[in-house]
Amino acid sequence: MTVEQPAYTLEKAEQTGSGVRDTWVIIPMFNEESVIGDVVAQVLTAFDQVVCVDDGSTDRSAALAAHAGARVVRHPLNLGQGAALQTGFEYALADPSMQYIVTFDADGQHQIADAVGMVERLKAGEADVVFGSRFLDERSKPSFAKAMVLRAAVGYTNFTTHTRLTDAHNGLRAIRRPVLEKLDITQNGMAHASELVAQIGALKASYVEHPVHILYTDYSKAKGQSLWNSINILADLILR
Amino acid sequence: MKIVLIQLVLIVVVVITAVRLLRDRGARTQAVRRLGLLLFAAFAVWSILFPTIWNHIARLVGVGRGTDMVLYALVVAFLSFTLTTYVRFRELETRYTKLARRLALDEAGPPQLAQAGPPQQESPHAGS
Repeated sequence: MTVEQPAYTLEKAEQTGSGVRDTWVIIPMFNEESVIGDVVAQVLTAFDQVVCVDDGSTDRSAALAAHAGARVVRHPLNLGQGAALQTGFEYALADPSMQYIVTFDADGQHQIADAVGMVERLKAGEADVVFGSRFLDERSKPSFAKAMVLRAAVGYTNFTTHTRLTDAHNGLRAIRRPVLEKLDITQNGMAHASELVAQIGALKASYVEHPVHILYTDYSKAKGQSLWNSINILADLILR
Repeated sequence: MKIVLIQLVLIVVVVITAVRLLRDRGARTQAVRRLGLLLFAAFAVWSILFPTIWNHIARLVGVGRGTDMVLYALVVAFLSFTLTTYVRFRELETRYTKLARRLALDEAGPPQLAQAGPPQQESPHAGS
């Protein structure tokens, strides 16, 4: 099963975005057909290069993402979000002019402005990695239970890795190429977020956190992690 | 010594299991595991023929009865089986993930815009 790739030429890239093609936005997606087109279109207003890693969707996500102007890499079967991210990393690394990548969630909960701000901080040389954090200001409004679980998760991550973060399971991150080259996500499931932080901590790469606004729409809430899954994530991390 | 039917059945099952496990997969590193398995099978046959051996062992390690001893041994064996199975599944998962990723990346073609263009366009009705 192949996907119609857009006739994606230099010409088109110059029409949108900044014109400098050193950044790839990586969007892992799984059955997001109702939102993915809009999300890709939005991202393309600020970035030139978007790759959607379709994790074996059974709906029209891949076709819609390609139609919206994203490059699409399709897993032949569903592997998990962590696997999709790593695929996106390797795709971006195959582009020699890539210097920065942004990981972006497909469900539309992230803001383009936040992603742009994070890449700017990378370009300013502030750090090798910029993590998005919804807990640096009061804009994001997770439910009480979700906030508690996220705090516990980041507590565990900080405890087991050499990092000090306020939000470990945030899908918005910006990473410089030299760090990306050394990352190898093996946790296919949701535990990849902690694994990523752990690897960055082990690399002794410099990192900063950037305040981001997570928009909790009904859609993103329905697609998001059930709180029960945090137990599974913990088990994955301990039994790795 | 009189052999009861249950003893016959158990011995046959143990021997068949051992032989099957020994035949499956081949790697030098598993030699130790196989030797262990042989010993285990031999001991299993032995303990089927002379069940009282479990009572001796139990008394030796301070457990009341032989049946309790068997139960404890089973719990430990099952736990280790669960763990090794988990590890093996993780390895398998890692392998097919790499395979699927290679396929996906090859199908998508190179990311550079210069060489891009539409890599595959024969099937515009993707999805279903």
